[in-house]
Amino acid sequence: MSDHEHDHDHPHAPITNGDEPTAAARARALEELLVEKGVIAREDVRREVDLLVSRSPADGAKLVARAWVDQDFKERLLADARSAALELGLDPGPSPVVVALENTDDVHNMVVCTLCSCYPRALLGPPPDWYKSLPYRSRAVSDPRGVLDEFGLELEEDVELRVFDSTADIRYLVIPRRPAGMESLGEDELAALVTRDSMIGVAEPVAPATAGAR
Amino acid sequence: MSFATGQRVRVSARAHRGHHRTPGYLKGRSGTIERRHGAFTNPEKRAYGSDGLPEQELYLVGFEQGDVWPGYSGKRDDRIYADVFEHWLEAE
Repeated sequence: MSDHEHDHDHPHAPITNGDEPTAAARARALEELLVEKGVIAREDVRREVDLLVSRSPADGAKLVARAWVDQDFKERLLADARSAALELGLDPGPSPVVVALENTDDVHNMVVCTLCSCYPRALLGPPPDWYKSLPYRSRAVSDPRGVLDEFGLELEEDVELRVFDSTADIRYLVIPRRPAGMESLGEDELAALVTRDSMIGVAEPVAPATAGAR
Repeated sequence: MSFATGQRVRVSARAHRGHHRTPGYLKGRSGTIERRHGAFTNPEKRAYGSDGLPEQELYLVGFEQGDVWPGYSGKRDDRIYADVFEHWLEAE
């Protein structure tokens, strides 16, 4: 994944020191102070940033695709997603508990962090900018069906919507419903249908026609 | 005190100065213990450089949306879940 892939839609200004955003200036000042005081080394920061941007939703998608084709694995994933990730050789990240939430015909799950931006970064990569935005964080809890509508996901009237607010040490990951009519696809092809947004619970997996056109 | 899965609880409505991870919209609301996650260091202490000990039990608590937002426009059965530390929960 490129370290330059993100969702906001304003045109990019060239990287300058002239009009550095406040948050960036604050982060840089903190980093300089911590390095100066010997709390961390500049190399530590670089390594952590590299690790963070090296992750992508592909790892989460592998978990989902395996769960779609292997019922026993799905049960282990739902019981303990951290162990299930390790079983596939994936790094579930530093969180001691990772919980997978299964979408069904009757239940739809979606994830938010109202307090900050908690997110299963090890399995999904860095969160999209909208996930960290105040409108998503506030409206995902108070008007989740309205938010899903805006994402283009209209839930059936009788589907129960469950919103998970990641307020502490636990990380949540949605297992979307397997698209119908995909029986001929192998596990890797199925994994290609699993998008980041579908694992946050604001979208369905990519429709077969769209996936075929990629 | 510890809580059992299925038990009804209320999130304490008390104010708290400083960092804490109990969302304001759930304070004073009643819900059900859905899952016991185990014991975790206390973020209210960890935020200020402490080791966060003693650890606190952390629970997944489920609420009916209609109980949380009186004017909730979605389906009555819709639910919202959050992880709440034991010292923010009261038996109901």
